[in-house]
Amino acid sequence: MNRDLVERKIFGTLRWLVIGVLVVVTVLPFYYMVLLSLRPIDKLLQDPGDLGISAGELTWSTYGDVLTSVADGGQGFLSLLTNSGLVALATVAITLILAVPGSYAIGRLRFFGRKQMHFLFLAVYLFPSILLAIPLFVFFTRAGLRGSLVGLTIVYVAQAVPVSVYMLRNYLASLPASIEEAAAIDGCNRLQTVWRVIIPLAAPALMANALYIFMIAWNEFLFALLFLVENRPSWTVSLGLAQLAGGIEVPKTTLMAASVILTIPIVLIFFAAEKMLTEGLTSGADKG
Amino acid sequence: MSAVTARSAAPASERRRPLTLKQRENRTGLGFLSPTLIVVLAVVVVPILWTILLSFQEIRLINVRSAGVFGNYTLENFTTVFTSPGFWGSLLTTIVYTVGATTLSISIGLAAALALRAPFRGRALVRGAMLLPYIAPVVAVSFVWEVMLSPQFGIVNTFGTNVLGWDAPIAFLSQRESTVHLFGLELPVPVALLTVIAFEGWRYFPFAFLFIMARLQGVSRDVEEASLVDGATLTQRFRHVLLPQLMPVIALLSVLRFILTFNKFDDIYLLTGGGAGTDVISVRVYDFLTSRFDIGAASAQALILAVFLIIGVGVYLRFFAPKAEEGTL
Repeated sequence: MNRDLVERKIFGTLRWLVIGVLVVVTVLPFYYMVLLSLRPIDKLLQDPGDLGISAGELTWSTYGDVLTSVADGGQGFLSLLTNSGLVALATVAITLILAVPGSYAIGRLRFFGRKQMHFLFLAVYLFPSILLAIPLFVFFTRAGLRGSLVGLTIVYVAQAVPVSVYMLRNYLASLPASIEEAAAIDGCNRLQTVWRVIIPLAAPALMANALYIFMIAWNEFLFALLFLVENRPSWTVSLGLAQLAGGIEVPKTTLMAASVILTIPIVLIFFAAEKMLTEGLTSGADKG
Repeated sequence: MSAVTARSAAPASERRRPLTLKQRENRTGLGFLSPTLIVVLAVVVVPILWTILLSFQEIRLINVRSAGVFGNYTLENFTTVFTSPGFWGSLLTTIVYTVGATTLSISIGLAAALALRAPFRGRALVRGAMLLPYIAPVVAVSFVWEVMLSPQFGIVNTFGTNVLGWDAPIAFLSQRESTVHLFGLELPVPVALLTVIAFEGWRYFPFAFLFIMARLQGVSRDVEEASLVDGATLTQRFRHVLLPQLMPVIALLSVLRFILTFNKFDDIYLLTGGGAGTDVISVRVYDFLTSRFDIGAASAQALILAVFLIIGVGVYLRFFAPKAEEGTL
């Protein structure tokens, strides 16, 4: 018992140490990002160790510089935001249109080859995306789609569909079969059942799924780099930031503002999705 | 598209003989799945097969338009890759990077999950904060790391030289090797490689944390309490009661993280560009593709990467995975 007491004391203290260190390590880079985005560049170079906020020095000019169009002497991130937003929203819409019937089939219908399909969708992830990138690069060059947002969206949809099917399948499989049987007795065919019964029931899962796909598309970098790098007007925010960060012309504080702009939508979406996910799991379908 | 086939198929067949429920389910299943399947086949499976063809052809970006499926097949690309300077070193770097990053992210994730197991005020907030590195865009976080680690104005080097008493700032992302004096020994330390491993550990520990946390919630307290009554200490309870129950999820995480890290491109490309001893294979593939325009050799190299991974995962599943399954029982 004595040794147990000692161990409890040690690990009880250690626990708080671990929590403290982890919070600092995860939050500090984001705090640093926001702080630097609001600080004039000469202040950063003079006193790089300063982590405090002094209200007098804060500047919003970095954000102005980032968002102003290139023609007006800024970095033109407003149009990059539009590009990223369009690609991400299109990816979400197309992926869901494809994944809902697909995941319903894999999750709820017994058909020939169902297990193999499920395996195929998982096996996709064994292959590095750089391997896919080469033939797609060749194909899009030939088809003249390289440099266009349409080509990029197609690739993102293909990347997101297997994950989306996998996530939705698990949710749909958990819905009670009695609901569908009731719909069938009421005269619904499969398509009507999916449209009128399954989709409304799966709405929270669909929403969480949509947000997750949005995150994948918004954060993606490799394909944007390969396909769009020569065509500045169609850059995404990620690509724009990476390209400018490689150079020395743009001040680091301005790029920090760009990082904040890139990160904020994702953080907002994440906290919205976290709530939605838990709500989706707690609301029972059979209760009502 | 599936809607049309599903609808038109039903009345036509009813006129002849009504299909059994099973047959109808079979048809609807395939109909519903086909759009998804077509996209995955067209943009994922066909490209994979095409890469295999490309890797046996001599194709550069200039003659890509003229090359067809029935080109001249040759093994030259593989000779080029295997004999190119730095290939084997790069493979070793990839393995060290993958094993290091996988171990680090799972260890931190485990520690975090255990520390957050018992409820306390503000736990939800801490939990949310810990997921930040995982969800934030890689371009943004790698840029912040770059600035934080900068030898000129980075906070880490400022802190190191002013508070910890370092002799000189450390170029974390561009220094290949440094020697550390420890107990009279001079140990070489791969600085940049360790830094990118640390970055991966930081960025992906939330992934492990989420999985282990979910498993911990399902663990029943009964066995732990029983072992407490039997006089097991805290570490013994962890080692003999809790850890065996967590082993299946840790094994699953190891495979997942190993696969995903082995194929990783973005993180290293953005942090070091593959320089200073961090040239993992996926970054080499990118270089072959974009600076040498050698599509054939790039494909061969990507294929080698995939084959090594498949062999590795296959060996793991064949020899080590059954043990993990026993643990679940």
